Order: sequence, then C-alpha cells, then structure tokens
Amino acid sequence: MSADRSAAPGGQPPPASGRAGEPPVWGEGRIVEPLLSELSRPGHRGVTLPASDVPATPLAQAVPAWALRQRPARLPEVSEPEVVRHYTRLSALNHHVDRGFYPLGSCTMKYNPKINDEMAALRGFAESHPLAPDEAVQGTLALMHGISRHLCEITGFAACTLQPAAGAQGEMTGMLMARAWHASRGEAATRRTVIVPDSAHGTNPASVHLAGWSVREIKSNAEGMIDLAALDAALGPDTAAVMITLPSTLGIFETQIREIIRRIHAAGGLVYLDGANFNALAGLVRPHDIGFDLAHLNLHKTFSTPHGGGGPGSGPVLVSRELEPFLPYPVVVQRDGAYALDWQRPRSIGRVHSYHGNVGVLIRAYTYILSLGAEGVAEVSREAILNANYLLGRLKDAFEMPHEHPCMHEFVLSGKGLRKHGLRTLDVAKRLLDFGIHAPTVYFPLIVEEALMIEPTETETLRNLDEFVAIVRRILREAAEEPETLKNAPRTTPVSRLDEGRAARELKLTWEPPAEA
Amino acid sequence: MSYVGRSDAERKQMLESLGLRDFDELLRDVPAEARLQRRLDLPGPLSEIEIRAELEALAARNDAAAGAVSFLGGGMYDHYIPAIVPRLMLRSEFITCYTPYQPEVSQGTLTVIFEFQSMIAELTGLDVAQASLYDGGSAVAEACLLARAHTDRDRVVVAGGLHPSYMDVLKTIVGAEHVTHVRAAGGVAPAAEIARELGPDVAAVVLAYPNFFGVVQDGLPELAAQAKAAGALTVACADPLGLALLTPPGQWGADICVGEGQPLGVPPSFGGPGFGFMAVRKELVRRLPGRLVGETADHDGRRGYVLTLQTREQHIRREKATSNICTNQGLLALGAAIYLAVLGKSGLREVANLCFQKAHYAAARAQQAAGLQLAYAQPFFREFVLELPLPAAEALRFGRSQGMLVGVDLGRVAQGWKNHLLVAVTEKRTRAEIDRWAECLAAAVRAPRPDGARAGTR
Amino acid sequence: MIPQGLRYTKEHEWARREGDTVTVGITHWAQEQLSDVVYVELPAVGRAVKQAEGFGVIEAVKTVSDMYAPVAGEVVEVNTALADNPGLVNQSPYEQGWIIKLKVKDAQELDALLDATAYAALLEEAH
Repeated sequence: MSADRSAAPGGQPPPASGRAGEPPVWGEGRIVEPLLSELSRPGHRGVTLPASDVPATPLAQAVPAWALRQRPARLPEVSEPEVVRHYTRLSALNHHVDRGFYPLGSCTMKYNPKINDEMAALRGFAESHPLAPDEAVQGTLALMHGISRHLCEITGFAACTLQPAAGAQGEMTGMLMARAWHASRGEAATRRTVIVPDSAHGTNPASVHLAGWSVREIKSNAEGMIDLAALDAALGPDTAAVMITLPSTLGIFETQIREIIRRIHAAGGLVYLDGANFNALAGLVRPHDIGFDLAHLNLHKTFSTPHGGGGPGSGPVLVSRELEPFLPYPVVVQRDGAYALDWQRPRSIGRVHSYHGNVGVLIRAYTYILSLGAEGVAEVSREAILNANYLLGRLKDAFEMPHEHPCMHEFVLSGKGLRKHGLRTLDVAKRLLDFGIHAPTVYFPLIVEEALMIEPTETETLRNLDEFVAIVRRILREAAEEPETLKNAPRTTPVSRLDEGRAARELKLTWEPPAEA
Repeated sequence: MSYVGRSDAERKQMLESLGLRDFDELLRDVPAEARLQRRLDLPGPLSEIEIRAELEALAARNDAAAGAVSFLGGGMYDHYIPAIVPRLMLRSEFITCYTPYQPEVSQGTLTVIFEFQSMIAELTGLDVAQASLYDGGSAVAEACLLARAHTDRDRVVVAGGLHPSYMDVLKTIVGAEHVTHVRAAGGVAPAAEIARELGPDVAAVVLAYPNFFGVVQDGLPELAAQAKAAGALTVACADPLGLALLTPPGQWGADICVGEGQPLGVPPSFGGPGFGFMAVRKELVRRLPGRLVGETADHDGRRGYVLTLQTREQHIRREKATSNICTNQGLLALGAAIYLAVLGKSGLREVANLCFQKAHYAAARAQQAAGLQLAYAQPFFREFVLELPLPAAEALRFGRSQGMLVGVDLGRVAQGWKNHLLVAVTEKRTRAEIDRWAECLAAAVRAPRPDGARAGTR
Repeated sequence: MIPQGLRYTKEHEWARREGDTVTVGITHWAQEQLSDVVYVELPAVGRAVKQAEGFGVIEAVKTVSDMYAPVAGEVVEVNTALADNPGLVNQSPYEQGWIIKLKVKDAQELDALLDATAYAALLEEAH
C-alpha cells in the first residue's frame, strides 16, 4: 500500500456498470459504487452548523503552535443527498438476515426484533453518560441489575459481569478471573496451562494466550467429542482450567460432560463454558447446575441482538459464588432502595471495559428476555434443535457425516464427496449465494475435512427449511452434471469471486484521498 | 411473545420425517440429571405494548430522559448526531448482517469499512487503520501489546493524564507490573520524568492528546523523538474530534494512534457501544489486531473489497494471533463513517471549533459569574477542570435540581480531586445554556452547606 | 518433486549444503499445501538458531505456517527477492524460492536428516 498521499487526479468515479461507458440498468445488480473520495467535489458540504454565539478565542492563543493542524484532514466534501444515496446503494449490496436465510453455524443468525432497537434508542437510555452520578442513571442501573439477575437465573450462576464487549473479551475476562482465583489459593506459579479441545473456536487459545497462560490442545475422538483418555493425559498439577464449548463446535452434546467436569475438578482445574452455542441449551440445561465454574454468553448470538456487520456484541461472564470477588469493577448493587455502582472490590481483576460494557446491547437483550419469558426461552432451544435435526435428516444422505449422533442446534457435514467432481465445500458455499442464501460456515471446525456447519436457528419456518433443502439438492445435482456452474459461482451477486491473494500481496488498505480545492 | 413461526401440525410433520414421535427423543444425548426440571424464574412473556411501557418507565428514571443539559465529558460527549446517521446506520442491510466472510454478498459492509479505515488514517496522519476495536481503553491496551511484540520489550511508560479507566484496562490486560505510570502534576505529566523512564526495556510510551483533563500537553514531538531514540514506540491516545484542529499524531512522531470514537456520531449510551480506533505506520501493519479490509478485483475485473491479512487473526493463527478479537464494533464504525462523510472536510473542523470556542467562553464565565479558577494553567481543547470551594458532588446535586449535569466529579477518580469538576462543552451548548450553567455554579458556591457553613469558609 | 542430494525435515523444509553454508527452503509438497504464498517473514541476518527452532513464518491467504531450522547455525543471508515476489516459493521452491542461508557449526546434523527416499516415504505414509 502507498504511504504517499498524492491528490487523486480529477476524482472521476469509475463507470457505474462493469462495461465501460454503458449506463447501469435497473436490476442489473453488478454496479461498482464509487467511493466517497470519488464522489467528493471541492466546496460541497453536508450538514450545516449554527454560527458561534460566543465571543471568539483565537485557536493560536490557546494551543501550542506545533499542535495547530496546518492542513485540514482530507475528508470527503459531499452533500447530504449524495451521502444518503451512497450508503443506501452500498446497503443494497449486502445479504442480511432480514433479507434471507443465513445459516452461519456457530453465529446464531436469528431474527433481530425491532422493538429491541427502539428501546435501546429511548432518549433516557441513549443520552445517559457513563460518568454521571448514580442518582442520574437509576433506570439504566436498574436494567443492568435486572439483566444480571436474569442471566444468572438462565445459567444457574451466582454473579455476573456485563463489561466484556464480545465473547472473546469474555473469554479473556474469565481466564483472568481464573488466574486470580488460583493466585488466591497460592497456585499462581504452578497452574498456568489451559486445556482446549482441537475443535475449539480460534478465540479460545488466543484468549488464553492473552491472559498470559499456555494452551494444551487435546485431540477429539472419532465422534468429535472430548477424548477422555486424552483429557486424563493432559490433566495435571499445572492445569488451571479447561475451556469447553457445549454443545461442541460439531453441534453435539458431550454425553460424558458430567464425568469430564468431575475429572477436571479432581485435578484442581476450573471448568469454563464457551457459551457460543447456548442457543441449544437455553431453558434446557443450566451450565452451573452441571458443574461449570464460569461461562460467557454471546448476547449477539443467543439473545437476538443484531450482529451489525461485525459487532457490537456483548459477552457477559457468569461465575460461581467462589469467583464473585474477582469480578471486574464496578458492579451494580442495590443499596438503601436505590441502585449504585459498587467500586469497593478489593479482589477484583480490574477493568476490561472503559466504562460499563456495551449497554446499548444489554438493553436489547433485556427487552428480548422480557418478551420471551420462561416459556419463550425454553422454546428457543427446543425449536432450534428441531430445526437443525430436521435439516440434518433431509441432507445427511447427500453428504459425508463425521459422526452418527443427533445434533443439537447446529450440525456439521463434510463436503469431501465433492472432490470426485473436482469441487470443494467452498464451491457449494459460493453457489448458495446465487440463490439468495448466505453460505453456512465453511472449514470450521478444523477437525472435519471440507466442513460445512449449518445452524438454522429457531426463527426459520418449515417453508424456509424445505426451500433450503431443495436448493442444496439442486446444487449437488449441478455439482455432478455441470461442475463449472459451481466453479464460476456466484454469478448473480454484485461481484463475482474476488482475488484474495492479490489483496494480501498488494496491500491497498486506504483510498486515494479526495482532490484538493 | 414469540418470533417462532410454527404450528403444532408442522412440528408433528417434522418429527415424523425423522421417524420420531416425541421431541424428547432428540435429546437422548443429554443426561436426564443435566436437564432443568423446573420453569425458569423470569418475568414475562410481555407483548410489545407491555414492553414499551416497562422500558419507557425505566428510561424515564434517567435524567437524560428529561433532557438534562450535559456538561459531562471524560472520553464520551454530548455531540450532535445528524439525522441521517441513525437512519442509515440502523438499516436492516447494515445491522442484521454478520462479519463479511463471504465478500461477494458483503460489499456494502466491506466498502464502508474501507472508507472508514481511510478516514481514520487521514485524521490520525498515519498509514493504515483497522476496522475497529471495542473502546478507547482496550485500544490503548492493544497498542501496548503490539509495541511489546514489535520491540520484544516488556515495559510500557504511560504519561499521567491518560483517562483513568483506560489506565485500569491497560493494567488489567497487560499486567500492572509492566506499566510505569508517570504521575501528572498541574494537569500534565512532566516531560523530564517521562524521558527519564525511557530505558532499554521500554516498548512504548503512551501520550494522551488531549489528555483526560482536556489539556493539550506541550512538548509531545520532543518526547516522541526521545522515545524513538530509546527504541520505544510512541502511542498517542487521541480525541478524534480534536484531530480536526490539532496536528495529527502521525505528523509529530507517533507510531500508533488510538482512541475512543464515540464523539463521531455515536450516542453515549451509558458508556457503550462506542468503538476504539487504531492507526499505525505501515511497517507495523502485520501486527495490527482485528479486521482489515483491502481493495482487490473480482474475476471480471470489477473493483471489490475483502478482509485481508486474515492470517494475523485468531480464526487462523489461534494462540499466535495478534489479538483474540473477533466481533468488534463494526456498526459504530459505520455510524462514524457516515458522520465523517456528512460533516466532511469543513464540517468537522467547524464542530471542533465550536466546541473550542464554547469551552473557552464557559471557562471565562465560570470565572466571572462564580469566581471559579481553572485547576490547571494549561492549553485546553473542549474540556477543562475547575477548582471548586466545595465538593464537586455537591455542585452536581445542586445542578441536577436545576436540570443540569454540570460536570464530572473527579472525586470518583481520586479522593484528592473531590473538589475538582471536569467540564466539557460541545457544539450543542448554547450561550444561554452556558450562562445558566455558570449561574448555577455560582449559586451552588453561595448556597449554605449541609453543615451550616458557607462554601469557601474554612 | 523430491530432488536427490537434498536433505529433508519432517516439517517439510529442505536443506542443501554449499561449502560451510546450508541453504534452506520449503518443499514442493509444502508449497502446494499452502497455495499462493503472499508473504514470507524472514529472520534478521546474524540471528543464531538452534535445530528445530522456528526462524520465520510463511503466509498464504487463509493459512500460515511456521518454518523450523533443519540444523543449528547463524543466518548469513536471506532471500530478499521474496519481499516483492513471494510467489517464487510456489514457482521454484528449490531454486529461486530459497529462503535463508545458514552458516552451520555441526555438519553432521545435516546427515541425520531424511534423505529423498525417506522423505518420499513420509509423504506416502501420511497421505
């Protein structure tokens, strides 16, 4: 990429369609949207601001000379209508849950209720400042207290921190608390290893490393579950914790989970639940009841908050009574009939968030819990499990199955059978895009060859599931009869397959700045 | 209320297709003793009508619901959010999609991130920016982790005046034993003391710009040069709005610039979601945490965007990844991009200038109307610290009774600062509001104290 | 594609003795697994490495691999052509795509590595 910031010549946008000189047609789909830097015209402006109504203070008087910016930042100069069109046209290039099926395994792309967004936008919530005195934010504090209680009830744990901004940050927070717990028992120097199955999501070992510990990976057995012999061999006096995803990343419930937990505790380790797959357990199994010591939840998965194209999420961490003193500060408490932030937490690990976590996301999840109630929470896992098994039942003859178990809320197929047509799982994924369906997760978990991980979630109707099955079967017919169709897919999306090798070799990570006036 | 579209007949049909009669047969892998045997003790289910009533009642218990006039700062501010920002940001197409792993159907999100990266790089004066981090504090921590990996050194020197919460997050993530905090005196950490700490074990120096007290510290370019000579990286923790008027850190010697992006079109929402940003010199690009979007072309030669350098990230590199971050704050980065687009080159400078003008007016009014002095005789941008003759908490209580949040009580940060009020003034504050605020402070200062004595009498 | 006269490691590096230096690269099989190489992270000249110690990283679009020193020694040269043309590793893994040259202490360490036949057998077995 270039560090030179030479002015772009002329700032002409590229031709709007793939064919030079031809105007775009309605429904053509394949439009190259100009960048803001290309739409920019010197002298154009967006928002107008009121004039200053106070006596002027010259900047130079108040700020040291070296700190005065000589040249304004070369941001775009675009009128408001052009900004609106730009983003509206860009938005049309995305697939999204409100448009169609999005069976991305392990991400729980369920419907995002709109009432949740509206409640988070209520003025009293949105305009509250994190450093306001407690008396000024009783509503938000009450909500945070309430959601902590509800998440504890749903999972069986005793206490909760709402600070982690995502699952990965929750994992790190959990590991830091585990570290503090072992330190409180004089075992900080000896217990420094976390056991992680080879089927785990990449954030698990990365989070362990961030917490300053080392990872010991254990191989899963032939069914993709934790191998007890491997676990026994790995457990030892250096075991700080074991991170488990339940159901596993293959979508199966560890039948031996209670024995697994018993052995880890016997070895002196803590058991951590990666709650990414909690959509299968809500209202059905409470992790603390079966022995987990701490867990994180992903509110942007199980609790319906929108994924936002890459966040914001929220990864609250729930802990047993024993780990409660180590929670990040402050914690919301009830005191003298009001809510307050409790800063007196002498054994706390510190803070993981600059303020109180992604409160706007917490409000959405809180609203969701209220709208579901106990019956609704149980319905989530029940219908998610039914949907996944139904799809598995209708697809498994067409693919290789890594195991024979019923699945929970998601399942993994292997696309290795496609090799005989010279194709891979990736080609099926790309062809699905042509039919308005987002591809499932591919090539994860790493322990399944040519993996395809499908999670329908509970908000898909039977009609949608049947339509998906029909499309998958058609694609598999194409694979056998006209493999080129898959190889060249997608053909009807805004762009065709992109050259990722070039993107990594010839790094172009910023635009040519807008032309100067 | 349920979002599940299912009839009993359909449920039965689905079970039959699996050769089952009872749903419970699907749970045969779940041991009976692991299953919850009772109904969860949760409120609801509530209909939308009831939800609205309940949440509106909760929101009404916050001062902000009644439009309390805010002079609160300290990293998050009451800036104006143009109408198109939430309108565009909350479109289904942007909000209900996920990380753009299938770029062919994610060009909207990917293009937005590319533009966001470009604008942050331009604002900070550095070469490359990434797609967002969680918040300002974790961004500072990630910058220090980057510096430690790059220099193969352990210690991080932080100039006092960094946001106290960011300092806490840094210590939690990096380890307090690796952090040297050079204490501020008079609103800035003395440059000589910072320089003295620059030993061969120092990976990074962290300088806030402006700092938590609103102060623009002099001598930062010299400090950056000294850090470089000592083999350390310079991390600037900057206010993104301030960068419209202030020399960007890339131009005065910073290697990395991070900060909290909330001032750019995002409501404060009691502290989150906002977003952290990070920009670096090009030599550091492979050490960047989080997502990065690059430009390329498709098979037909059309310009397009993809996530790139993914081998840095956790889903490929696992424990050797540059960070563990996966989900970030993408939607807020989009909001900031829209904000920067519609304010543009001149608009952003105007907003920053209005804040600057009004903050200086407010400081003068506090002097004139209430006899209050600045705690620190230092240049400031849009916030400043007033020294009060009474606890700031009392002034705040008085202010609340007048519908105003007069500032941040710095007694929350340190006992020694309990008479210090951190005041931020944004472009939304009118002259009339500022005058009223100054009068309010004057009245608070004059009012009889709880113990009968007057403030200012000792 | 397993040239005779080279030595091989289980981690799919090859080593070629040239006087008292040993040239190191990755095998044809390894580059095929990686697919398009986009970047090679090279060690600094002068760095000392132990046998089997990681000396660099080789990146493809969706995968990344550590490289391990086949023998102990000091890095005396690195292939700077790879900065502009990382694809050389794919196109010519045993010639233009060489990665580092080591000055070795103990030439016997080289003899203990796999020869072409043994490496071929390793590939057969595992795949």
